[in-house]
Amino acid sequence: MKSNKNIILKNWPIFIVIIILSVSPFMMNNYWIDVFFFFGIYALLGLSLNIVLGEVGLFDLGHMGFMAIGAYTTAILNTHFGIPIIFLIPISAMAAAGFAWLVCSPIIHLRGDYLAIVTIGMGEIIRLTLINNPFGITGGPNGVFGIDFLSFGGPLVIDSSIESYFVIWIVVGLTILALINLQRSRIGRAWNCIREDEIAAESTGIDVRYYKLLAFVLGAGLAGIAGNIYASKLMIVSPESFSFMESCMLFCIVLIGGMGSIPGIIIGSAAVSLFPEIFRAFARYRMLIFGAAMVIMMVFRPGGIWPRKRGSVEFKSLLTKAGEDNV
Amino acid sequence: MRIFLEQMLNGLTIGSFYALIALGYSMVYGVMKLINFAHGDLFTLGSYLGFTLLVWGNAYVTSHVGLAGGMIAAMLIAAIGIGTAGIIVERIAYRPIYPAGRLPAVVSALGVSIFLENIIMVLWGPRYQAYPVNVVPTLRFEIGGIHITLLQIVILIFSFILLAILYYIVQKTTFGAAIRASALDRDTAALMGININTIIFFVFALGPALGGTAGVMVGMYYRQISFTMGWNYGLKAFTATILGGIGNIPGAMVGGLLLGIFEMLGSAYVSTAYKDVFVFLILILVLIFRPRGLLGEKVAEKV
Repeated sequence: MKSNKNIILKNWPIFIVIIILSVSPFMMNNYWIDVFFFFGIYALLGLSLNIVLGEVGLFDLGHMGFMAIGAYTTAILNTHFGIPIIFLIPISAMAAAGFAWLVCSPIIHLRGDYLAIVTIGMGEIIRLTLINNPFGITGGPNGVFGIDFLSFGGPLVIDSSIESYFVIWIVVGLTILALINLQRSRIGRAWNCIREDEIAAESTGIDVRYYKLLAFVLGAGLAGIAGNIYASKLMIVSPESFSFMESCMLFCIVLIGGMGSIPGIIIGSAAVSLFPEIFRAFARYRMLIFGAAMVIMMVFRPGGIWPRKRGSVEFKSLLTKAGEDNV
Repeated sequence: MRIFLEQMLNGLTIGSFYALIALGYSMVYGVMKLINFAHGDLFTLGSYLGFTLLVWGNAYVTSHVGLAGGMIAAMLIAAIGIGTAGIIVERIAYRPIYPAGRLPAVVSALGVSIFLENIIMVLWGPRYQAYPVNVVPTLRFEIGGIHITLLQIVILIFSFILLAILYYIVQKTTFGAAIRASALDRDTAALMGININTIIFFVFALGPALGGTAGVMVGMYYRQISFTMGWNYGLKAFTATILGGIGNIPGAMVGGLLLGIFEMLGSAYVSTAYKDVFVFLILILVLIFRPRGLLGEKVAEKV
């Protein structure tokens, strides 16, 4: 009992955030609940890109492509074959991850900017292919529509804004727990080692190629899940949602928040998704302000809003026994 | 055969736009190791600047210096204006961030890109703008069975003159040698007495100036410009940069021309809908098999 109390005391900001997130939708109108739903989607995508960019330091500027694979897998299998959305969650994750494995295997040895360019090309190829409607299954520029809601069987159908809000934030919460575990595992340490010095990592016996591919596959899988939730919420997927601009936004989420820092990613996705909404009063000037804010942000805090401390991991006590931490 | 040659010619025209824009990416990357994402939008800004000059100044210019003079004036003013804009962007958005490393600069560049795109939208409006028709008389020639318009000839001549001038500056003059030296190794170049700040200044003036000129040419060629076109041209031009070997200035020229020809031949003989897919496929294949670009030399890995 004592240990439980300690966990809450030590991590009070996290619990406050959790309480605010679970109470706030009851005080907002549907419009703002939807804004917060997209905040959740961006957070999930930011976390998935964070695996690739933040943990391993691989420049991925085509991450929306993986989400597109997930979303279209869901959309096509659901509308053509009537497979329920809930079974499609693992299938879209596996489709996106498998695609990432297939595409990234030959390019994984590229470094820095070269990798960035190839992933831009990959993202654009996916988007252009979807527009061109191969075999008549992607619906061309209009996309696929009429996707079912997420249903847990019987009356448990996620069809209102508030329900999808909780679905996305529960998924984000579970992802964060998984990622914290991953950061502190052998894999996470190997990733960070590769990010800091690839040659040193290789010479200490880390299989660089394997770990880099693993990061891509995991990141893509998460993005595929985000695509699934996105498709079942909007009931429509179209190629324009997965443009290069969106991939750039994800890149900015990770860098604005702070590379490899999970609270940073949440703040970064809040900045990217809420900022244009808050400044809606400025109408046509809002993106202008947004661009300027990005520049100012980087000038004054180049490491991100909440940079990750090197050598230490946030939320350390959340997953360890409190007794160990008191030593 | 006739179709093939005509498509080659179209490809060369488009390729010369890509080459001019690609030079800006390549020079900046060479010296700063920064992908200047704002470059595509500087190009768009140049296009709109030229548009304003040609539309508002059309009557005045035509009565004083003639059509050709008006066109050259538009290109010159776009070049000067965008060169200045490039320097301002570097001063405000990039220079304070250099010490922090390369990734924050990428975000800053994306921020500048969003900012510029939206400032164009606010100033000129979100609709497509149409360039005046009569900038270059719509004449059509037939040389050996191949149709070519006067506009194409003018554009090709102008862009090749610009490319030649730049090639001369970079490859034959002392100043060009300083640019190349800084691209190879900035710190050593600084130790050899090269003023890196001057080099950065010129690179950020020269690259956008060429991009702005290309903007005016694109406006004259397609007659239609929009505030979002910077992304597309920027991405293609960047592909061209990679094709020729990033940081390699003659490589960017060759890459741009090749990319234009690939694109035109691809859309003529394979499929119009998939032409951009081919462009990016070629890019990925080049990077897999020749990561340093077609003209790039092999560089040993530094530890």
